[in-house]
Amino acid sequence: MAALGGIEKQPRGFSLLLLVAVAIPAFWYAWAIYSDFTRGTRFLGSDPIKEAEHAYGAWTLRFLILTLAITPLRQWTGWNWLAKHRRTLGLTAFTYGVLHLGVWMILDVQLIIDDLVGWDVVWTDITKRPFITIGMLALLLMLPLALTSTKKMIARLGKKWRPLHRLIYVVAVLGLVHFWMAVKLDIREPAVYAAIVAALFGWRAIDARRRKAAATA
Amino acid sequence: MATPKLPSSEITPESTYVDRRKFLVAAGIIGAGLAGASPRSLEGALPFLPGQQGQAPQARGTPYGLQPNDTPTPWADVTGYNNFYEFGTGKDDPARNATNFRTRPWTVKVDGLCEKPGDYGLEDFLRPSAVEDRIYRMRCVEAWSMVIPWRGIPLKDVIDRAQPRASARFVEFTTLMDPRQMPGQRLPILEWPYTEGLRLDEARHPLTLLATGVYGRDLPNQNGAPLRLVVPWKYGFKGVKSIVRIRFVERMPTSAWMAAAPSEYGFYANVNPEVDHPRWSQATERRIGEFRRRPTLPFNGYADQVASLYSGMDLRRNY
Repeated sequence: MAALGGIEKQPRGFSLLLLVAVAIPAFWYAWAIYSDFTRGTRFLGSDPIKEAEHAYGAWTLRFLILTLAITPLRQWTGWNWLAKHRRTLGLTAFTYGVLHLGVWMILDVQLIIDDLVGWDVVWTDITKRPFITIGMLALLLMLPLALTSTKKMIARLGKKWRPLHRLIYVVAVLGLVHFWMAVKLDIREPAVYAAIVAALFGWRAIDARRRKAAATA
Repeated sequence: MATPKLPSSEITPESTYVDRRKFLVAAGIIGAGLAGASPRSLEGALPFLPGQQGQAPQARGTPYGLQPNDTPTPWADVTGYNNFYEFGTGKDDPARNATNFRTRPWTVKVDGLCEKPGDYGLEDFLRPSAVEDRIYRMRCVEAWSMVIPWRGIPLKDVIDRAQPRASARFVEFTTLMDPRQMPGQRLPILEWPYTEGLRLDEARHPLTLLATGVYGRDLPNQNGAPLRLVVPWKYGFKGVKSIVRIRFVERMPTSAWMAAAPSEYGFYANVNPEVDHPRWSQATERRIGEFRRRPTLPFNGYADQVASLYSGMDLRRNY
């Protein structure tokens, strides 16, 4: 592969910069909710809780997409040092998924802070409303991936690690379906995410075929 | 009709305390030390603080069906958080995209099964009726709510003048169709133009309003200028905006939302905490500007006035 711009080594400070960058939306929305409710600001508009809930959901999908984009990006640019940041991005996606769920349960439905809506209602939401069931499933499937992302677990799982982590493809599809079903009628935004994921999947299919051809040749 | 008529002065102070206390309890539990600053939920309770709202106009009008802790939603939210898909599907799209919308000259066509059909210029259409200011609760099907000081005329006036025939059982309303001015209409999101309908007795109900203003001012474009429907016991999407046609019909009209998603949006769309939207519960709601959820009331708090319209009907089937 051709190396672009000669950045074959990771630029100094990149890891820290990435860590700070991926945390910015998380802290921004947490701060904005707090500020909107206590200081009369309007950072998140008229319904800050819904706005933050949706934003955390969208960032979950964005980080899933970035995680999936690392391999093609690495091959295209030759920046092989990108590979080790897949874990950071994947764990970030999981974290935003947890924040998305947390804002829904604690601030939106207000399960823990109020008794107006009970666990039975939330259970009904999770089991009887397909888009919530699918979203919940996507997050649950990310859990084993997050838990097996340490060096120790990678070593322990050996050859089983790769097939297990292919679950990310399932997670991405479920996440997309969840988003698609959640919007009322205007499907433009989920359609954009779906197109990107389709392109990334397509690249993988082509890449796999090329490798196979190269191996048999 | 028995509607409690309280002056605003009697309902404001109590709710101030209620909101503040409720909010502080919640804030204490999430434990972020929120207590020191002035809670956002107070903004709704104290819309008249000098300086706080800039030049926001004061709420005015007779409260209808307000609960003790209901206070007018701030002007900024009423005019900045809108569902008006003709101007975009984002809540802040209408305020941004409707600024140049032309509402004069404006013609309203009254036709269908009535003795006095006609095309009326807006001023002629409104002139015979006395304009009233009324404060109503508003519940969106998306489970958020507001309290809005509307200005308008009873729809009943318009209907009586049109003299519907005995065969007329429903009224159909149509929004302006003008994709050049309404960018949302260039996308196949709903079947344009937007239509809505009421049964004739619902349309004649004294609570049903044809609104021409909010907060004592002419309707901002994003709120459905120059003429929109307000039916406070129904979900907000029944409040068809920028109306150009009122038609008397014999059969139940199919509204734009019924056509788009018949399993989710019915003709009646009465606010009902017992009947869920397929994708979410309707049992509770968030009042815009408040932190805590509230229980949703049957017919949005107007059951005493309107429940009799539906006696004997299965409201679960007729959602």
